[in-house]
Formats: sequence, structure tokens, C-alpha cells
Amino acid sequence: MVENRPWLTVVSHLVLIVGIAIVVLPLWVALVASTHTGRDLLSAPIPMWFGSHGVDNYRQMLTSGMEHVSGQPLTLMLFNSLVMALSIAIGKIVISLTAAFAICYFRFPLRMTCFWIIFITLMLPVEVRILPTYEVIANVFTPLTRLLELFGFEGDEIVIAGLSIRLDFSMLDSYTGLTLPLIASATATFLFRQFFLTVPDELTEAARIDGAGPMKFFRDILLPLSRTNIAALFVILFIYGWNQYLWPLLITTDPSYVTVVMGIQRMVNVADTEPQWHLVMTAAVLAMLPPVLVVIGMQRLFVKGLVETEK
Amino acid sequence: MAELRISGVEKVYPNGFKAIHGIDLDVPDGEFIVLVGPSGCGKSTLLRMIAGLETVSSGTIQIGDRVVNELEPADRDIAMVFQNYALYPHMSVYQNMSYGLRNRGYPKDAIEERVQKAAGILQLDGLLDRRPRQLSGGQRQRVAMGRAIVREPSAFLFDEPLSNLDAKLRVQMRVEIKQLQRRLGTTSVYVTHDQIEAMTMADRLVVMNAGVAEQVGTPIELYERPSSVFVGGFIGSPSMNFMPATVEPDGRHLRLSDEARLALPVEGRRVEPGRPVTVGVRPEHLTLSADADSALAFKIVLIEHLGADTLLYGSASSVEATGEGGGLLTVRWSGHHTPPAGEVIRLAADPAHLHLFDAATGRRI
Repeated sequence: MVENRPWLTVVSHLVLIVGIAIVVLPLWVALVASTHTGRDLLSAPIPMWFGSHGVDNYRQMLTSGMEHVSGQPLTLMLFNSLVMALSIAIGKIVISLTAAFAICYFRFPLRMTCFWIIFITLMLPVEVRILPTYEVIANVFTPLTRLLELFGFEGDEIVIAGLSIRLDFSMLDSYTGLTLPLIASATATFLFRQFFLTVPDELTEAARIDGAGPMKFFRDILLPLSRTNIAALFVILFIYGWNQYLWPLLITTDPSYVTVVMGIQRMVNVADTEPQWHLVMTAAVLAMLPPVLVVIGMQRLFVKGLVETEK
Repeated sequence: MAELRISGVEKVYPNGFKAIHGIDLDVPDGEFIVLVGPSGCGKSTLLRMIAGLETVSSGTIQIGDRVVNELEPADRDIAMVFQNYALYPHMSVYQNMSYGLRNRGYPKDAIEERVQKAAGILQLDGLLDRRPRQLSGGQRQRVAMGRAIVREPSAFLFDEPLSNLDAKLRVQMRVEIKQLQRRLGTTSVYVTHDQIEAMTMADRLVVMNAGVAEQVGTPIELYERPSSVFVGGFIGSPSMNFMPATVEPDGRHLRLSDEARLALPVEGRRVEPGRPVTVGVRPEHLTLSADADSALAFKIVLIEHLGADTLLYGSASSVEATGEGGGLLTVRWSGHHTPPAGEVIRLAADPAHLHLFDAATGRRI
């Protein structure tokens, strides 16, 4: 569309600039605040330009953290978040790729039922199923003991061939517990399924004639073709994992498993004293960095994966 | 190199639809056989059964001296060229061509040698590092062929390989495929719905209709002695004219209508008088006639100039043509000087080129 109306250009730019200002202002304040001392921030007016304590703030947060909030350095929290986000993203991609592969390329009993069951879980995000999920993570054998109770067995011990087995295995305060319940993904499975459906049948047949078995076909043909989709999904899922708040808050009590999002919440929620805003903002800026880096690093593939139709 | 033997092959889909009603076919070593027919006639299904991409419901398929019914496609020693080429988009031309060999564990230098040789034959030398999307349609088609020939299989299977190309390229590739097949001497099965492609490429062709092989023969056999109305109408372009007729009491003439009579061909004289038949005559066998008695009055409706010759479409008085032309008869007229549209001319048919079919069954009499 070719338009040549000067006032339209002015108005549209104005709208864009206002929009950008609304988005950028909080980020700017956070960035500026992370370079001041706590006292500067509490006295009006709020500084809008960088102060001189940036290096101190960042060094303190990265090495020692805030003493009165568990005293964990931010590096550990960032590491925890990274482990969690990466495990969730990679786990989700691996599980959903294989699930979609099975659903699209194999004929097995109840195939469509499986697909719809997976699909229905879309309606059950973590927040909805948080209580039962917590129970299962707190003791993996919960479903089994419940089942046994139904049949009249009480207690959490079973004896098989003289061996007594205690049905108690908790995943609280572990990376497994942090990530496992979030890994199954209907969205990603559905996405890959839709993508696999667009891969021409002839390609599969050509591969069969070329002597590629199912797994070889998956590795040599399907995976490389899904590359951009995987990248796009990775970005989305990494950010999803990084931003998890409720779940880690619920299942970790050990300070060494605190993720950065929870960490910031703890820094703000202090009793008796004012929150140390300059340090909170430093933490916030640091917490923002990894997702930003992931987006920037994978930007090209990400966009391609979202828009590409040609195969 | 191997012969291909198909005996009593049937295909019934799980929903009960019977796509192939028992086909027997022997393809000798090195023959180029074309399966041709309208869409839905089962030609692709038959090819896919030979390839092993569809299961065989009953009957056997034998390649060389092995019955391959239960073998995986990769173990049948065949190579297939697909309609949309089915090249692996993320692999280079070289990788595309060598993928089958790599999966079979050929040594690197043997693969290199075979791919280079195939690339030489197909003039793909400079393109081995390209991706399929950087190639033109004709080049992609060649790569697909290359992928087939590096395998040096017992049989090539072609599934409408030219239908995605433009008309000019199609003619060119048609010649190339045929030449290549001659040169390699590999048994080939080629599926197409285009009867010109079928006629020009085939050593023998199989005309299929509704899951049945209507006729098997060389292109000329099928052209000169079609075994049914279907084959007669399908082979030849423009297609054969069909008219209902009855055999006269003298047994030597056909009555098309009140005014039109045609002399019967010699071989047709055994037909009992009064029998209703369908008479078929090709557009090129209708000629101008001075004899008012045994000729059709043909009113020209439409003229199509093809250059070397001209097609006249028109109606013959009180003769109802059946078949393609929408109730019109077609006449091929050599040269381009024709009477103007609207004029009535008298036509006769060469009795040697009249085809008689049973009016009810459509089979040749």
C-alpha cells in the first residue's frame, strides 16, 4: 500500500513513540535504579539518569547477594533458573517431538485417543492441577497408595518376597521436581503434529525406498526439517520456563534451589525494613538478561520458524 | 535388470473399496511399460504395490525371481521417481543422490564414483552442491532420476514424473527419460494419465479402467485395434468418434440414421444383421466423399487450426455422436484450407478403419 499523507506519518509515529515509551520506561527506571544507592532512590525525585554505584551493586548481587534474604548470591539463582528453563525447554521439545512423531507416523491402537488425551491436557495448566501435582511430587507413590487404599490396604509399606518397600519418594527440593511436572506439553506436541502433517507423504516414501527405517527417517529427514520450528519453540519455552514462579515457590524450601524469579520476590517481601530497591532492580536487570540473549541469539530462526511455510 | 511378473494382483482397501480387480502382467527384462488411464483407475495403486508402499491384498508380485509381496520397499531392489520429485529439501543434490547408498553402507569412494557417473549422464555436474530449492523444475526432475539410477536397481518406477513440468519441458524430459532408459536397459514401469506421453514412451502400454487392465499392447496395436470403446476413446488425440448404428439386413453396411450408411469393414462382415453396435472412427479416417449415398452430411460448427492440420468439429444430420466431443464429430483435415464454418460437407469413412463395438458391453466385435 502506498500512502503519501504527511499528517498520517506524524500520527502513526506519535502512536509508536508513545507505545515504545510505555514499554521502555519501566525498563529504563530499573536500569537506572540499579546504579544508585538505596538512599538515593528513597528520596524524591527519583533519579532518571545513571548513578555511580552500578559496579558495586552488580558485584554485590553476583557474589554475595542480600544478607538478610537467605544470603544467596544471584549467580546461584541464575544458575538454578537456567537449569530449570533449559530442562523444561529441551525436555518439552524432546518429548513432544517424539510424541508427535508417534502420532503422525505410526499406526497403533487408540492412536487418535492418545492424541486427544494429550490435547485435552491443554486445558489443565500447572495452576489448575497444582495441588495434585504437588502431592505427586511430594511423594511419587501417592497415586499408588491411593489406589491401594481403595482396595483396603493401609499404610505406605508393601512387602514383596520378604522385602519391605517404603512407598515414599519425594522430589521436593530437587531439579527433577522443579522441571519434570512442567515438561509434558500438549501445545508443542500439537505444533509438531501440525508441522509433520505438512511434510509430503512422498518424502516419507522416498526415504523408505532409500532404505531409511523409522528412526533414521526421524533423525535424517524430520529433525532437520523441523529445525526452525524447534528454534521458535525453544525460545518460547525457555522464556516460559524462566518465568515460572508459582511452581518453584511451592516445591522448593531449600535456599540452594531458589530461582531468580522467586529470589526477587523474596527480596521485595522483607519484614520490618524497606526493600533495598537498588539491589532488587539490579537483580531484575540480571534476571532479564538470559531471555533477552536467547531471543536475540535465535531471532532469525525464531521468525523463520513462525512464518515459514515453504518446505 | 530383471523381469517383473504380476499375477492375479488385487487391492481391497480396509473400507471395502476394491481398487484393483485382479491384474496379470509380465514385463520382460528391459521393457518400458506404461500404465495409463483416467484418474482413479488404479494405475498409481498398482505402481505403489510394486514399490511396496501399499500392501497387496491377493496375488503375487515378482521382481526377478523373488516374490516381493512381503518385502520392505528398500529390499525390493527398485527405485522410484515421484510426481513432486520428493527430494530432501535440506540436503544438497549430492546428498540427495547418495542417501540411499549411504543407508546401505556403501563405501565412500564407491558412492562418489556412482554419483559422479549419474551426474555426468544427467548433466548435473555443476549442481551437486546446490539445494533442491535452488534448482529449476527440470533440474529437480533430473536429480530425482539421479537418485534412482545411482542405486542401479532392477526396476525403475515412475509415478507421473512429468506432470509438474511445463508443456515444453515435459516434451524434452520425455525424450530424455526414454533415452536414458534405453541406455541403461532397466525394466521400467511408468504411470501417467497423459495418453500422448504413454504413446510416445511406451514399449508396451496397459490401459487401465476402474481397476481392470482393459488392454495391453504396443502403442500401435492399441491405436489400430482398440479392444473396447474405452481404449478407443482414451488412446489417440483428438479422440475417436463414436456413433450408434445398426447392421443392415445385407450384413455389409451399417445404418447410422435414415440418411447415412457406412460400408462395413471386411472383418466386420460376420456381424449378424440388425444387431445394434457402436461404431468408432478416428478423426483422421473421415475424408471428403463425392458419393452422396454412403456418406455423412457434416455441418461444420467449429474450426481449430493446429498448423499442419486442422480440426473440424461439427454435427452430422440425425447422427448422435457419443463420447468426448460433446455430441460433435471431429474430423482431422490436413493443411489449413478448409471450408468455412456453417458449410455442409459430405464425409465417408475408410471401411478398413472402422471399429465396431458391442452396443451394450462396449467390447470390440
